[in-house]
Amino acid sequence: MAVKQRRVGWLGVPLAACLLFLYLPIVVLVVMSFNASRYALNYRGFSFHWYGVLFRDGELGRALLNSLVVALGATALATVLGTMLAVGLVRLARSTVLDAVAMSPAILPDLVLAIGLLATFAAIGVPLGLGTVLIAHAAFGTAFVVAVVRARLTQLDGSLEEASQDLGAGWLETFVRITLPSIAPAVAAGALLCFTLSIDEFVIAFFTDGPSTPTLPIQIYSRVRFGITPEINALATVLLAISAVTVVIVARAFRRTETDQ
Amino acid sequence: MSDPLLSIRGLRAAYGDVQALDGVSLDIADNEFFALLGPSGCGKTTLLRTLAGFETPTEGTVTLAGEDLLALPPHRRPVNMMFQSYALFPHLSVERNVGYGPARAGAPRAQIAQRVAEVLETVGLSGVAGRRPHELSGGQRQRVALARAIVNRPRVLLLDEPLSALDKRVRSQMQLELKRLQHEVGIAFVMVTHDQEEALSMADRIAVLDGGRIQQIATPEQLYRWPENRFVAEFIGESNLFSAADFDVDGSYVVVRPESVRLVEGAGLLRATVLETQFVGGTTTLVAEPRGPVTVSRAPVLVRHGGFPAVERGAEVGLAWDASDMVVLR
Repeated sequence: MAVKQRRVGWLGVPLAACLLFLYLPIVVLVVMSFNASRYALNYRGFSFHWYGVLFRDGELGRALLNSLVVALGATALATVLGTMLAVGLVRLARSTVLDAVAMSPAILPDLVLAIGLLATFAAIGVPLGLGTVLIAHAAFGTAFVVAVVRARLTQLDGSLEEASQDLGAGWLETFVRITLPSIAPAVAAGALLCFTLSIDEFVIAFFTDGPSTPTLPIQIYSRVRFGITPEINALATVLLAISAVTVVIVARAFRRTETDQ
Repeated sequence: MSDPLLSIRGLRAAYGDVQALDGVSLDIADNEFFALLGPSGCGKTTLLRTLAGFETPTEGTVTLAGEDLLALPPHRRPVNMMFQSYALFPHLSVERNVGYGPARAGAPRAQIAQRVAEVLETVGLSGVAGRRPHELSGGQRQRVALARAIVNRPRVLLLDEPLSALDKRVRSQMQLELKRLQHEVGIAFVMVTHDQEEALSMADRIAVLDGGRIQQIATPEQLYRWPENRFVAEFIGESNLFSAADFDVDGSYVVVRPESVRLVEGAGLLRATVLETQFVGGTTTLVAEPRGPVTVSRAPVLVRHGGFPAVERGAEVGLAWDASDMVVLR
C-alpha cells in the first residue's frame, strides 16, 4: 500500500484509545504469562516457570489434542459439505429461502444449537464424546463455509463452467478443473474460519461432549473455577503466537493467488 | 437448399410466462455464415444456447447432419461456442485454454501441442501462448476465445455477440478477420448479434427475430431490398413507412428507403418542409416534415442523396420515387 501518509493530528487520540481497548487485554495476558507468582493477577517478576509447567501438563496436552482432533475433523467435514452445498445453492437451487436455511446455523445463538444438538443426540441414542462434538462443530462450520464459498461463487462468471462443458468436459471434470480452482481461495478461507471457530468453541462443546474427553476450552474452564494460574496465560500466549503465524502465512498465500489470477 | 447441415423445427422455449422461442424453424447449410439478428429479448441468445445444450426447449427438434442434437448433453455435442464474455479460464495459460478441448477428447500430448500451435498461428497469436488471459488485450482475448472454440473442429461454431466487447476500430478489423477465418476453416458459423451492420456485412444469410418468432430469413441484400413485414422494414436500415392506402396500392404499408427518395420540381408524390440537413461526408441526409400523406409513425421523411446538401433548411420540396423502389407489405 503506497498511500501517502496524511497528518493524523488530533485523530491520533481516538485511534490510540481504540487500539488500546482492543489490545490491552492481550498485552496483559502475555505479560502475566511471564509472571513468577503463583497467582495470575499479581505480578512478581519475570519467569519462564509457567511455560515449563504448561509443557509438562499432560492433562492440558490431552485436552489440546482432543480439540485438534475435533477441529481438524469438523473442518474437513464442513469444508466438503459446505462447498458442495454452496455449489448446489448457487448453480442449481437459486432460492433465497434455501440460502437462508443453509446459512442460519451460523447466525443462530450457540445455546439454541447446543441444546438442540444435545436433545437430538439423546433422542437417537448417540453416546456423547469427541465424535458428537465433531459432528456439532461440523454442523455450524458448514454454515460458515457455505456463506464464504457462496459469496465467491455468485461472483464467478457462470459461462466459465459452460465453456468447459462446451469443450467436452462432463460436470465432474468441470467442477474439478474449472470451478474448484476458481473458488479455492474461498474454500480455504472457509476452512480456516471453521478451524478457528472450532478450536476455541465452548458452549456447544460443553453441551455435546462426554465427561472423559474434555476439549481445551472445557478443560480451561474447569480449572479457572478454582482460580487462574499463569499457566493458562502461558497457554493462551502460545495459542496467540500460533494463530498470528498462521494468519500471516495464509494472508501471504492469498496475496500470491490473487496476483496470479 | 440440398440437405441442410443443421435443421431446426418448431422450437419452443419459455422462461416462466415469457415465451422466449415461439415456434422457430430454420435450416443452416454447411460452411454457411448465418446470423441471428434482433433486439434484446427476441430469443436469439436462447436459440444459440439451445443449440449448445445450455437451454432445454419445451418442444421442437434440432438435427445436425441427420442426428438428433437435443438428445446429447452439452459436452458431447459436435458444436462449440464462443462466449460473449469469452469465458477464458483465468487460471490457465493461453496454450492450456486452447488445449482444453483436445485434452478432454483424450488426444495425445504431442498432438494437442501441435494443434494448439496451428490454431494459434491461424488467429495470429503464436507469441502469447504462455501468457494468462489477464495479460492480454481485449482483441487478443477475443482471438484466444475463437481459437479455443475452433480447435476441436466443430461442425458448427456458435458465436454469441462475438465482437460486442471490442472497441469500434478493433471491431471492424475483427469482422474481416472472422469472415476470412470462416472461409479458411470451412465451419458453419451461427452468430448472434443485435448489431445489424455486423450481421449485414458478415453473414451469408440472416434470420431476423422478434418476440421469439422468425420475422424473415434472407440474404443481407434481400433483407434490405425486400423486407417482408413492418418489423423487418423498420429494424433493418433506415426506412420511410407509409400507409399503403395513401398511395393507392393493395397491402398494408409501403416502404421507401431514404436513398430511393428524389427531390423533384413541382408536387411530386408528396410535399415536405426540410427540417434539417445532415452532411456526413459523401452523402447528405435531409430530414423533412411531410405535408399530405404522413409516415405511419408520424416521423419525418428521410431523404438521402450524394454530395453536398442540395437544398437549405426550411425549403419546400417535392419528393418522389420510382414505383419499383417501393416495397409493398401485405
